Amino acid sequence: MLLKVVDASRRVGDRTLWTELSFDLAAGDRLVVAGASGTGKSLLLRGIAGLDEFDGGCEFRGRPQAEWPMPQYRAQVMYVPQTAALASGSVADALQAPFALAVHADREYSTDAAENLLAVLGRDPAMLAAETENLSGGELQSVLLARALMLDPTVLLLDEVTSALDAAVARRAEEVLIDWVDAGERALIWVGHDAGGRERMGTASLTIGAQR
Amino acid sequence: MNAVPISNLQLALAAGLLLVSLAMSLWLRLGLGKDILIAGVRMVVQLLLVGLILGWVFTLQNPWLVLGIGLVMTFLAAQAASRRPKRFYPKLLLDSFVSILVSSFLLSGLVLNGVLFVQPWYAPQYLVPILGMVLGNSLTGVSLSVDRFIANLDSGRGQIEGMLAVGATRREAALPALREALRAGMIPTLNSMAVMGIVSLPGMMTGQILAGASPESAVRYQIVIMFVIAASTAMGCLLSLEFAFRRIFDGQHRLRLERLRARS
Repeated sequence: MLLKVVDASRRVGDRTLWTELSFDLAAGDRLVVAGASGTGKSLLLRGIAGLDEFDGGCEFRGRPQAEWPMPQYRAQVMYVPQTAALASGSVADALQAPFALAVHADREYSTDAAENLLAVLGRDPAMLAAETENLSGGELQSVLLARALMLDPTVLLLDEVTSALDAAVARRAEEVLIDWVDAGERALIWVGHDAGGRERMGTASLTIGAQR
Repeated sequence: MNAVPISNLQLALAAGLLLVSLAMSLWLRLGLGKDILIAGVRMVVQLLLVGLILGWVFTLQNPWLVLGIGLVMTFLAAQAASRRPKRFYPKLLLDSFVSILVSSFLLSGLVLNGVLFVQPWYAPQYLVPILGMVLGNSLTGVSLSVDRFIANLDSGRGQIEGMLAVGATRREAALPALREALRAGMIPTLNSMAVMGIVSLPGMMTGQILAGASPESAVRYQIVIMFVIAASTAMGCLLSLEFAFRRIFDGQHRLRLERLRARS
């Protein structure tokens, strides 16, 4: 078992978004989280990533989240947001930046790997030289996905990561992610608006916020 | 040689100059008449009071009294510093007080007893004005750097959480914001050092010269005090940023912007 969530709940103000949420994620699993907007799908992913406080049990490889050094935990259980600003500089700088972090000290950035990954995601590898400020929303999503994949996590928490991509590029990203899960002891959790995407991405699904 | 004493009559004549501002306010309908009067009266009362208190402190020559005055000054400086940031966290006043206290007392103590060799160590006619200058500058630095740090966290939230999500420690994620904040806090001091003596004649130096000190001696004091101010400002900024960093990022390497309050 890679990830285990037990009896999780989330309140915002005096509103309960979800309670008694439990699920397991084993290697090879691709769990789709569905629910109307405003039901806290992003908050669930952020909670599992430890970016917000998490009310409930969350274990990765049998060890509770709170007992992990968070940088190590997040290097393996990695949250990819729909959009996130990158530091100013080139795309190559943005992809390289995490490799300077202590937790990734044993990994090495490779331009070849970055170029290949961008190409597989349907982007021109020349994009590496582009300034991050000039990226379109879709290009930014490709960069964020590439950045996560280059760091070789175990579980990806994907929050609408293809929402700004063209249909064809989005399909390629989905295929890359499915292949990625199958290529190792890996799993992912998928949040997406597009029903077709959810259909293709999921080996299991979970609907939250249904009690309302 | 001493400064020409100013009599009450002369003070009143000088106060008459306030009429210039008042007349301007009336003529241009600035509506500042009341504010000008209040500010003028406040200034006179505050300064006369401070003069009385300092005279008292200087005659008593009691180290506890001097330290007590220093603490009150530090508290007032911390209060001014913590009031400036537009968004703040609940214990900002405490953190500002500790940062300013440690940096200002340490550096003032160092200069009084390690550079000037003042006798006794608490000699109020040295300690009070030097501490006052150091405090004034530290408080500006502290408030600017904390304000900038909080603003940077707010505007850079996506970028910071993006780095946290790929495994950055809280310090790694906050480093760009911390650096920029420290720079913002140091800039006023560096700027004033750069133009010192050319654009501005510093108050302490002017005061010493008016009181009859030789310009060379006054300049030397000013040089010493500027280095102390720069060091104390840097240290105060660094400390207050470290405190703010630890309050706004928690031990689980999470950014906790919800701990911030807006100034009402």
